[in-house]
Amino acid sequence: MSNTIKGKVFITGDNIDTDQIIPAQYLNLVPTISEEYEKLGSYALCGLPDEYETRYVDEGKMKTEYPIIIGGTNFGCGSSREHAPISLGAAGCKAVIANSFARIFFRNCIATGEVYPVEVNDSLNQMVKTGDEVEIDLDNKTIKLANCDKIINLNDLGAVQEVIEAGGIFEYARKSGMI
Amino acid sequence: MGMTITEKILAQAAGKDSVAPGDNIWVEANVLMSHDVCGPGTIGVFKREFGENAKVWDKEGIVLIPDHYIFTADEKCHRNVDVLRQFVKEQDLPYFYDPANETYSGVCHVTLPEKGHTRPGEILFGTDSHTCTHGALGMFATGIGNTDAGFVMGTGKLLIKVPQSIKFVIDGELDANVTAKDIILRIIGDIGVDGATYCAMEFAGSTIEELSIEERMTICNMAIEAGGKNGIIAPDNKTIEFVKSKTDKEFKCYESDEDANYSSVYHYNAEDLKPVVAMPYSPDKKGNVADLLDYKLDRSYIGSCTGGKIEDFAMAAKVLYKKSVKIDTYIIPATVEVEAALKELKYEGISYMDIFESAGCIIKPPSCAACLGGPVDTHGRCNGSEVCISTTNRNFPGRMGSKESKTILASPLTAAASALTGFITDAKL
Ligand code: SF4
Repeated sequence: MSNTIKGKVFITGDNIDTDQIIPAQYLNLVPTISEEYEKLGSYALCGLPDEYETRYVDEGKMKTEYPIIIGGTNFGCGSSREHAPISLGAAGCKAVIANSFARIFFRNCIATGEVYPVEVNDSLNQMVKTGDEVEIDLDNKTIKLANCDKIINLNDLGAVQEVIEAGGIFEYARKSGMI
Repeated sequence: MGMTITEKILAQAAGKDSVAPGDNIWVEANVLMSHDVCGPGTIGVFKREFGENAKVWDKEGIVLIPDHYIFTADEKCHRNVDVLRQFVKEQDLPYFYDPANETYSGVCHVTLPEKGHTRPGEILFGTDSHTCTHGALGMFATGIGNTDAGFVMGTGKLLIKVPQSIKFVIDGELDANVTAKDIILRIIGDIGVDGATYCAMEFAGSTIEELSIEERMTICNMAIEAGGKNGIIAPDNKTIEFVKSKTDKEFKCYESDEDANYSSVYHYNAEDLKPVVAMPYSPDKKGNVADLLDYKLDRSYIGSCTGGKIEDFAMAAKVLYKKSVKIDTYIIPATVEVEAALKELKYEGISYMDIFESAGCIIKPPSCAACLGGPVDTHGRCNGSEVCISTTNRNFPGRMGSKESKTILASPLTAAASALTGFITDAKL
């Protein structure tokens, strides 16, 4: 299995909060019920203000064209709703690249294995635009941008890397004999 | 090297003599709280991973409180509360606060301390980011997602990273128009919405010591708005007396060592603090009330886990006494106990509830209501382009309903004084 994530990116700004990722009116949907999981995907990022001309998921569609989201600082701040990474994952998002993440969102990405949270120092949301292609190489911990030679390095995720590699908190606990 | 109160509680819960920031440790939970929004998903994860017939790790350790979407015609919301009911029956859980019967309580974070589930020295995980509220009573309390909560439900344990602590020392006497809400809005404004990412926010100093338990809860409630993993205040006699009046369970009080290590320490003089608000759309967009006096409002909202407690309404009652509101003003007590107190407690011989009624407020039953928007028929939800001054904790785009609405975060005094004029107003007490 190749350990790369490649595709079109969707650009957002700083402090994208969980109400913008999945507005509270859709929290009546339960992520462990499969039709409702899919439905959550159709609403992913629909709380973004109208200044965003492109929708993450087109009206009437269930999936996004953009498997990679690029944010700025403090991505996923706000509530502990796991509906947030789940709606992104259900829409077809594979990875979120940001300068920093709010901790519960980050943790929920890892615990669920829904999306890969990637931290970088460079302000990628200034360097590429929505629709551009990028490739994240998880083995070499680098990002390649289309039309640009610059290689971006991923920040080290620390001890949590093991949990990601195991595929989430349950798999990690099983592997380490906890459960 | 000494330890902070947060490190001491975590070390004890991990069965270790000491821990340091950055350590990844397995801790034993004392309480797992969930509600109607995240409970069904948590139960789903629990059953998927441990099996349909699995039993929870400790019946006494689980507290389920439907509070978010309990007054709506939305069928899925009702279905979600039913999922909790079914699970409670199946697992024979003793702590379930069902809106359909006499156990109905209201907002989870005000219910937990009222019912004795918040105890110093313990570990509380909740599927709600404002679980950090409970650090006000000297416990380690933090918000988690459904998957982690499903894990705790089955094992009673969770893997966590010990946070670095930041200390906020506030000394001196507050002016009469400055409240706990002004303190925390000021701090968040100063350090920013990610100023305490993954850190423990510890509050200390003579001003904090003088604050009531409820006011301390208001401060810790908003630790998450600066990205904090937990908020915490060392328990004192006030805390011990309060907790003993709610539960017979034993608990242990910890405090930070003199030589504990903090990544930074901030000092504030209470005398320098002024009434502040957070302007749309971020809790760190601090503005002085005095500089915003001509800002026009459409609605005032007093409620939620941050600003819907007894003392929040006591402040509002003082301002609204014998006056009439100029804009739609919602009064939504956090819990049934708070609601009962509003009928009983009096200002100048008139019950708070009567004061609100004669001022022309719209009073609704306890729940989270419009604090997080919710289904369109939610009480007080901003369905258009309302500008709402609110005692709640978040003002992200669309937080209280429509994306066109705007929320301004304020203290109960400021929200009540502004209700009387229709503009941002200083309570000038
Ligand atoms: S009152 Fe608001 S902040 Fe508090 S638990 Fe309910 S929705 Fe969350």
